Amino acid sequence: MGKKIGIEVSIAVSEAVRAADVDLIAAYPITPQTHIVEHLSELVADGKLDAEFVPVESEHSAMSLCIGSSAAGARTYTATSSQGLALMHEIVWIAPALRMPIVMTLVNRSMSGPISIWNDHSDVMSERDCCWIQTFAENGQEAFDLTLHAFKVAEHPDVLLPVMVNLDGFTLSHVIEPIELMTQAEAGKYLKPYEPTMRLDTKQPVTMGGVGIPAVYTEAKKQYETAITASKKVILDAWKEFGEVYGRKYKPIETYKTKGAEIVLMTMGSISETAMTAIDLMRDKGISVGLMRFRLWRPFPLQEFRRAVKNISVLAVVDRAISYGSQGGPVFMEVRSALYDQEVRPQVFGFVAGLGGRDVTVDMFEDIVSKASKYAEKGKGPVYEMIGVREK
Amino acid sequence: MAKKKVDAVLAWRDLELGMAITDPGSSAQLKTGDWRSQHPVVDHEKCIKCGLCWIYCPDMAYSPGKEGYYDWNGDYCKGCGICASECPKGVITMVMEEE
Ligand code: SF4
Ligand code: SF4
Repeated sequence: MGKKIGIEVSIAVSEAVRAADVDLIAAYPITPQTHIVEHLSELVADGKLDAEFVPVESEHSAMSLCIGSSAAGARTYTATSSQGLALMHEIVWIAPALRMPIVMTLVNRSMSGPISIWNDHSDVMSERDCCWIQTFAENGQEAFDLTLHAFKVAEHPDVLLPVMVNLDGFTLSHVIEPIELMTQAEAGKYLKPYEPTMRLDTKQPVTMGGVGIPAVYTEAKKQYETAITASKKVILDAWKEFGEVYGRKYKPIETYKTKGAEIVLMTMGSISETAMTAIDLMRDKGISVGLMRFRLWRPFPLQEFRRAVKNISVLAVVDRAISYGSQGGPVFMEVRSALYDQEVRPQVFGFVAGLGGRDVTVDMFEDIVSKASKYAEKGKGPVYEMIGVREK
Repeated sequence: MAKKKVDAVLAWRDLELGMAITDPGSSAQLKTGDWRSQHPVVDHEKCIKCGLCWIYCPDMAYSPGKEGYYDWNGDYCKGCGICASECPKGVITMVMEEE
């Protein structure tokens, strides 16, 4: 294997796409995803990646083109952020319905308005019900590895669904980290050429994207739901194989110092790094805390989650998105729902933090933990709480 | 890929991947006429055999028939009334379906 080099995470992600030897990239540049597609465009222009690069006129076109390309049997990639994903929205739902194994990097950025180019998870959380497999990277190496993993999973004949790899805009996408890259040959030990189950072929014509009249629409939905639920096995197997080939092991839920912890923080994405620092500092002060983070978000890793919280009494979920007028952040609501029918379950408290690029600091994590501990003692807290809101 | 008859009442496991249709020209097998609340009745006495009903029908419910007239096929007619509105002689009447 190669050695680690200092490289911007966005560039490393494009190098992962190059290592995956994609056939087609259709993308529209949008902050903070820009560096990924710029670099891919250079790689193609310089003859370093033998692929079509289509600079489309919008994200709606990007995803439409990706579907056409994937339907033709090509390994297909795109990347976007927030407003771009929103413009794509209509077609985002169609990709899994046509069972297209497209891989998309979503460089997480908050949804406007107010206009914001900064990071949170409101973009991905608006698309969580659309039947894309969704993973979250915490650091640069993970962003690289999850990209390869995404192709492996998406194109598996038992899956054939698109995969969205999430990485935080700026706080992860624009930082320089030590990352081990791979050549196409090295990636080829893990990622085999895509063999489509069904494709556009004049010798064997098929119609893709027909009407689903009421008599069949529900059955179609059942097919998609069954496919994404069943994809978990392939996702786990593909991580296992990744570990065997490259030595880096991944699982759906990551834990840090949770053993015997009284309070466990629950996060997603790059703030988990800050959370670990906060936990170390709190542990030094004798506060018994740990961390849990979702790497896999769709399909929701229900069994793994229930197993992971088995001996935990207080869970403090930190959401990076708001679900207006509901009962908390999306992660909090799902986590609480996953525990409802468990005989023994932790108390769960929801916090919304780090919206629109607001830093989630060590102090904030300490604040969250002390609040959760206070509510736990009382046996109840607010439905959920926004952290760091200026009152005056 | 197995050739399969398109059947709107397939069980979910029998649907092709991504709801693809693998049997070309299969829409003819999907009878859509039962959506209709009314249907056209043509007065052949006054019909001038111009074929506009055949051309305008969005569901191909008319086809050229005997003696230059156009036959109506109730399996596909959705009762939109376009033929009645386009007929230059006004010889097509829309009649409500019986309950
Ligand atoms: S009513 Fe509409 S669908 Fe029926 S025959 Fe006339 S034009 Fe065709
Ligand atoms: S449009 Fe009217 S006149 Fe022309 S062929 Fe049809 S029924 Fe006859």
